[in-house]
Amino acid sequence: MINYFSSHFATLGHEFWGLLVGGVANGFIYALVAIGYTMVYGVLRLINFAHSEIFMSGGFASFFLMKWLIGSSTPNAFESVIYLLAGVIVGGLAGSAIATVLERVAYRPLRRRNAPKLAYLISAIGASYFLFNFAAKEFGRINLSMASPFVNHTVFTIMGAPVQMSYIIIAVVSVIMLVSLDRLVATTKLGRSIRAVAQDPETASLMGVNIDRTIVMTFVLGGFLGGAAGYLYGLSFGVVYTMGFTPALKAFTAAVLGGIGNLRGAVIGGLLLGIVESFSVAFVNGAYIDVVAFAVLVLVLLFRPTGILGERLGRAA
Amino acid sequence: MMKFLRSAQAKKLGSWLALVVTVTVMTGPPGNPTQPTLGFTSSFSERVSFFGLFPAPRGVLFLALALLVAGAVLAYSRVAKAPVQRARAAVVPKYQALAGKRTFRLSWYAVVLLGAVLLPHLVTDPFWQSAMVSQIAIYILLAIGLNVVVGFAGLLDLGFVAFYAIGAYVTAWVTGALPVAAPFHHHLNPFWAIPIAIVVVMIAGVLLGVPTLRLRGDYLAIVTLGFGEIVTIFMNNLYGITGGSTGSNQIPHFSIHLGSLKYLWGLNPVPYYYLTLGFVVLFLIIFSSLEHSRIGRSWVAIREDEVAAESLGVNPLKYKVMAFAIGAASAGFAGVMTAGQSFFINPATFTLSFSINILVLVIFGGMGSIIGVVIGSVVIQTLSMYLIHTPPAGFQNSDLYIYLGALLIAMMIFRPAGLWPSKRRRREFTDAGVEGTASIAGGQ
Repeated sequence: MINYFSSHFATLGHEFWGLLVGGVANGFIYALVAIGYTMVYGVLRLINFAHSEIFMSGGFASFFLMKWLIGSSTPNAFESVIYLLAGVIVGGLAGSAIATVLERVAYRPLRRRNAPKLAYLISAIGASYFLFNFAAKEFGRINLSMASPFVNHTVFTIMGAPVQMSYIIIAVVSVIMLVSLDRLVATTKLGRSIRAVAQDPETASLMGVNIDRTIVMTFVLGGFLGGAAGYLYGLSFGVVYTMGFTPALKAFTAAVLGGIGNLRGAVIGGLLLGIVESFSVAFVNGAYIDVVAFAVLVLVLLFRPTGILGERLGRAA
Repeated sequence: MMKFLRSAQAKKLGSWLALVVTVTVMTGPPGNPTQPTLGFTSSFSERVSFFGLFPAPRGVLFLALALLVAGAVLAYSRVAKAPVQRARAAVVPKYQALAGKRTFRLSWYAVVLLGAVLLPHLVTDPFWQSAMVSQIAIYILLAIGLNVVVGFAGLLDLGFVAFYAIGAYVTAWVTGALPVAAPFHHHLNPFWAIPIAIVVVMIAGVLLGVPTLRLRGDYLAIVTLGFGEIVTIFMNNLYGITGGSTGSNQIPHFSIHLGSLKYLWGLNPVPYYYLTLGFVVLFLIIFSSLEHSRIGRSWVAIREDEVAAESLGVNPLKYKVMAFAIGAASAGFAGVMTAGQSFFINPATFTLSFSINILVLVIFGGMGSIIGVVIGSVVIQTLSMYLIHTPPAGFQNSDLYIYLGALLIAMMIFRPAGLWPSKRRRREFTDAGVEGTASIAGGQ
């Protein structure tokens, strides 16, 4: 037993920095998706089960864009940056579009009727099921690798661990988006109305906040980050109709881990989960890696259901 | 112009058009990754003949159908609504008085049962005979089991397939069809697997339930979803125990050896049909008597208001775990039947899609209404099998999942209590608007 752990800790020691870098990159993707869960939870008090399909639609939209823009050519440095931006924006917009439709079709009619919570969950599951099977029908069932706007070479090394271009791009794009979202929610009028609805929808509506519009905008913002995450994920792993399922389950874990309804919590939870998962490679057979995230979810829900930072609905960020 | 676009009529028109477009693309031919728009364009351009009627592009056909339906609805509300309502008002109380009588209900059940017994002699097509067992009767078992969890106790379980899978794998284990050694020296026949599988899945239900059933509804849904996935991951990867992704294909058929009485269930589906039918009836009797027992009433109390139920001395966790274990029992049993009938199991059968398929049967029929769930299972599964057996132009088997997903949303929007609602549920879904003003944003 002691031998087992000492040898595995030795592996962990050897590969510490490499695993850390990979874990942080994954963690940023989880964080971007987790934001969507946490924001919708904030205003509606329910889990958007179809968020995985927002992620997937971002992946597919940017996949076709990349195919059209790049084809078989090799972009130069300027084109690389433009294409990358275009991918993030188109992926994000596709995510926003699907999120808006989702809110209109699967949530709003139920909201009008004050339906019980179970009804929302079921209609969201239906929407998710519909969307990913629809994607399978229209775009096939094989994993498609995305044309990349950059060459994924090693840029520099940390303590011997190579840091690749894709990791840097994921980190930079995510940090920019997360910081802008944080500022947007903290300082703008829209952000104030989102916080107001999260705190107390009834009073907010009395104070002149348009609840419907605020909820749609929440879906749009969360959907943008989710769709962009789909693009970043697709660059490394390709796109396929089921691509949303596992990352979304993990992002949900991240949102709960950080404290659901809490934007900064989602980021911390995402990074933490990415790193924990990456390190667990040293201890667990690769086939069971998804079990680790699930175990984290169950443990958090059992022992600290409010997460690390606690549920903070409607406070600044 | 702008005024018209903002009007309620324009919105209605827009949603009708969106519906027509969605249905057209949904039922149309598939696309492929090299031509992503192919599915969309050919859905509108390709001419189809709808049940042998006039050939026209699919979009035009559905538009015509939508106009027809809209016209019919309009005509109904203008002309026939009042007389129909009057007729209903006259007939319904009489029917309800009749339905309240025990003899009337029992004779109905007897007629239905007789029909079910005679069915294999009326339908002799081998496809349908096989579908009656593996796609309808077994799905009824699963649906009434899930109904205990979702319908009676109000707990959304998205990993229900896990119990079904455990039941099937336990059968393979005790009959000695798995790589891992069987528990008994003597390899048993699947009949002996029934009690063992039921005990094992009930234990699994308790083990999953005790830690997770303290959670709120939406968390529970996601944890059970994860549980279902994890069971699949283990089935796929524990080669030495479960046979990995190839599973097992040597499960013996059911057989009876009681002294001089010997019978072997073979490849013919009809004997399986009667065996499954017998157990369906048994489970229906058990579950409907549970519904009106002390336990059933406690489930309803917890579902409606957990705090109030607890203050009246109902232990929520205890009864929720009970619902989990009892629902799991019928799924585990269905697993035994599947394994014994098809003699072949592998992890690809036990996916999330399967759980959702069962959920659709429960929702469509009516959560909490046993009769509704049985009707829902029969209707949906028969339609699915009909589509698979005689596919219309452009239909692929996997399109079924798209339809089921759309059906879930449509049911929640238009008829949340289901096709044949239970009395209690109907009241709950219609009265929900009265209570609680803090739920403007759709919260608790």
